Amino acid sequence: MSLLQVDGLTIRYGDNEVVRDLSFAIEAGESVGVVGESGSGKSQMALAVLGLLPGNAVTNGSVLLNGTEVLNASEKTLNGLRARHMALVFQDPMQALNPFVRIGAQLRVILTTHNLASGREADARVLDMLQRVGLPDPERQFRAYPHQLSGGMRQRAMIASALIAAPELLIADEPTTALDVTVQAQILELLEEIRRDTTLLLITHDLGIIAGHCERMLVLEQGRLVESGTTIDIFASPQHEHTAALIDAAPRLDRGDVLSAVAGNEVLQLCNVSVSYDERNGDSLQAVRNLSLSVSAGETVAVVGESGSGKTSLVRAALGLVPLQSGRVLFCGEELGGLVQSRPIAMRRDLQLVFQDPAGSLNPQMRVASIVDEPLLVHERGLSSEERQKQVAAMLDRVGLDASYRARFPHELSGGQAQRVAIARALILKPKVLVCDEAVAALDGSVRKEILALLGDAQKDGGLAIVFITHDLAVVRAISHRVLVMYMGRLVELADCASLYSRAQHPYTKALLDAVPTPDPAAAGGTVSLSGEVPSILSPPSGCAFHPRCRFAKDICRAELPLPRIVNGSIVACHRAEEISL
Amino acid sequence: MMSLGSTWQRLRQNRTVMICGGLLFGVVVVACIGPLVSPNDYLQTDFDNLLSPPTVTDMQVFGTDDLGRDLFVRSMLGVRVTIVIAVVASAVSLVIGVIYGAVAGFVGGRVDAVMMRFVDTLYALPFIFFVILLMVAFERNFLLIFVAIGAINWLDMARIVRGQTLSLREREFVAAARVTGVSAPRIIFRHIAPNLMGVVIVYVTLTIPQAILVESFLSFLGLGIQEPQTSLGALVNAGVNQMEGAPWMLLIPAALLASILFCCNFLGDAMRDVFDARHTA
Repeated sequence: MSLLQVDGLTIRYGDNEVVRDLSFAIEAGESVGVVGESGSGKSQMALAVLGLLPGNAVTNGSVLLNGTEVLNASEKTLNGLRARHMALVFQDPMQALNPFVRIGAQLRVILTTHNLASGREADARVLDMLQRVGLPDPERQFRAYPHQLSGGMRQRAMIASALIAAPELLIADEPTTALDVTVQAQILELLEEIRRDTTLLLITHDLGIIAGHCERMLVLEQGRLVESGTTIDIFASPQHEHTAALIDAAPRLDRGDVLSAVAGNEVLQLCNVSVSYDERNGDSLQAVRNLSLSVSAGETVAVVGESGSGKTSLVRAALGLVPLQSGRVLFCGEELGGLVQSRPIAMRRDLQLVFQDPAGSLNPQMRVASIVDEPLLVHERGLSSEERQKQVAAMLDRVGLDASYRARFPHELSGGQAQRVAIARALILKPKVLVCDEAVAALDGSVRKEILALLGDAQKDGGLAIVFITHDLAVVRAISHRVLVMYMGRLVELADCASLYSRAQHPYTKALLDAVPTPDPAAAGGTVSLSGEVPSILSPPSGCAFHPRCRFAKDICRAELPLPRIVNGSIVACHRAEEISL
Repeated sequence: MMSLGSTWQRLRQNRTVMICGGLLFGVVVVACIGPLVSPNDYLQTDFDNLLSPPTVTDMQVFGTDDLGRDLFVRSMLGVRVTIVIAVVASAVSLVIGVIYGAVAGFVGGRVDAVMMRFVDTLYALPFIFFVILLMVAFERNFLLIFVAIGAINWLDMARIVRGQTLSLREREFVAAARVTGVSAPRIIFRHIAPNLMGVVIVYVTLTIPQAILVESFLSFLGLGIQEPQTSLGALVNAGVNQMEGAPWMLLIPAALLASILFCCNFLGDAMRDVFDARHTA
């Protein structure tokens, strides 16, 4: 008998079928990956297995766990199964852990409700489990509240609470999506350890994670199972076109050409830019320190770093959305001072911005046509409304939206369509510089590829300079000419795409590259070469900010700040760049 | 947030909205047409027919008051006055509150601090006492009632709108508009204000009954509408004096007042549900 047997599972909300006739089985000891784009029903399937579907969901079929029917089972039966026999690791541990209860107590209550242990024995088992998931100083974490833990530690605590009653089946629903790439690698390593003694059902949109951590995989498309088999076979020869498209759309670090550097006029120069924010308690948070960057016409510069690296603050300061603490921003040689409100209107048309969240960056009360029209209204006062309409239609056509989209509201668009509208709005004035702040991070793989291609076309047509902010080095590999790597507000490495991906000079760049999972079971990738997490930016480490996590750190790194200098044609901020081999 | 068309559809599907809205509409129509159709006049006294109970003769369906005036016509006049005061006072609070709150929230910083401390200061004044002083100083004036009620209500509205604006201001579509070069007034009117409408519409439907209550209270104290004009509050006040001999003089205007208040309150609550549901749609 299989551990989990799903037969003809169908989940419906009203007329909307989110999962259709899904059947599969998982044997004890297996690790199975479920992959699909948003709306493929993968999370709904997980909720159904745990009996956590909302009341308005209508289900058909059967879900057997160890021979017990889970679908429409009584709350009592389900409570007997949950934690003891199956457990879930959620995507966002901050949402899943109770903010008012100490970590130790949250884990302990699982043991006591299931009568597995009580008193001192329960405490001892909780401490043991916290140790097992790799939380440093378990006694302290036992007494800590969730907000006192960092993101990675919180996810470890979440995994500990899922594992504490030793379930046979562990379901992890996008367990690393909310984490930085280096922390993701650490958590995946932990899951790799766990799957030796537990059956793992891993749900993700990232094929790289599946390739490295699952023996078998299921591919879902719009609620249907389109392919299943061993991971190696599916990656080697995908049978269904959707699987092939998914694999094709997954960004890779190890394949494809990189763009060579372009020589053009410098359009945007940032000279020794610093940005700081005043905290309520009087401290100041130094988000960007003394950073210089110049961008040429026709060039794409990727700005890469983990959360808190200051990449967004850097470009927002350049755009004038946050004040500069010091330094200068030059546009075509002319100084752009102060906040965007105080800049002359004519100067604003050449610098445009595309945000991460396409839905949030479009006014929900305006129709697509008037959203794209607004920049023209401001800058092209001489145009008649017919001429403007013509330009709007042409622009929408260029981003791949036909006339039927003009009268729609943003909530009537998919994520990719909304991002196209945002790009149309940014490009309609034919700007010289386009800043994309994680513009594809919220999109599915196939849509991401289309949007990146669209940006590439826009660049080819008119010498547009693009600053592309991202946390994912794999995504920008194919589209960027140069890459700026930032860590805690400072430049770490600035190099041509070709040399950065083939020969990273800074240990942090190397670690970021290593941490990216490769969507190929045969290839290495997603390995941990960096321990710990980004320290608090309020109290940065002395000397080189990276030294506590760097395995090459020496005394000089702890004492002295490394200044950016040229090493092998790249700009690197590391004392030991020449001596170490990465 | 959905378009106007789908909002209307959702409102129509909501039973509370349709029943309360229909009832309210009915009362307003009768209040507008009733006095025109009735042969009686609100000023006309009839000393042979004091305090007569409701009857169909002469169309005195609500009876007469202690001066022999037709209570139906007077009640309908009261409904008109009450509703006009409520709508005008709410509109006053809507205009002042939305503009004040949106400007304070959008500009932020010191301007916001000064503007909101001014609101706090006004909040601290005991308003009924203040209104009584106003009435005594400037005599009893119809216009003054609007001012007094509007002055109470716009404070709440300004606070709510400011809070919403503070969060809208940080939204990315506002940053996108700023980068493009859209001017501050245009951002407030094109980008912030339309996104406030959901909250504002709901809050206005809840201020209308509040304004009705304040007006009735002032009239009940004898500070509101003056004879021979009347409002529901004034009629209730008159009815209290004749409660034992002519209970209809109290019960009829009180019932009208209560049902209008009920309808407005339920309507406001139901509208809030309809607008909140946008997240689940």
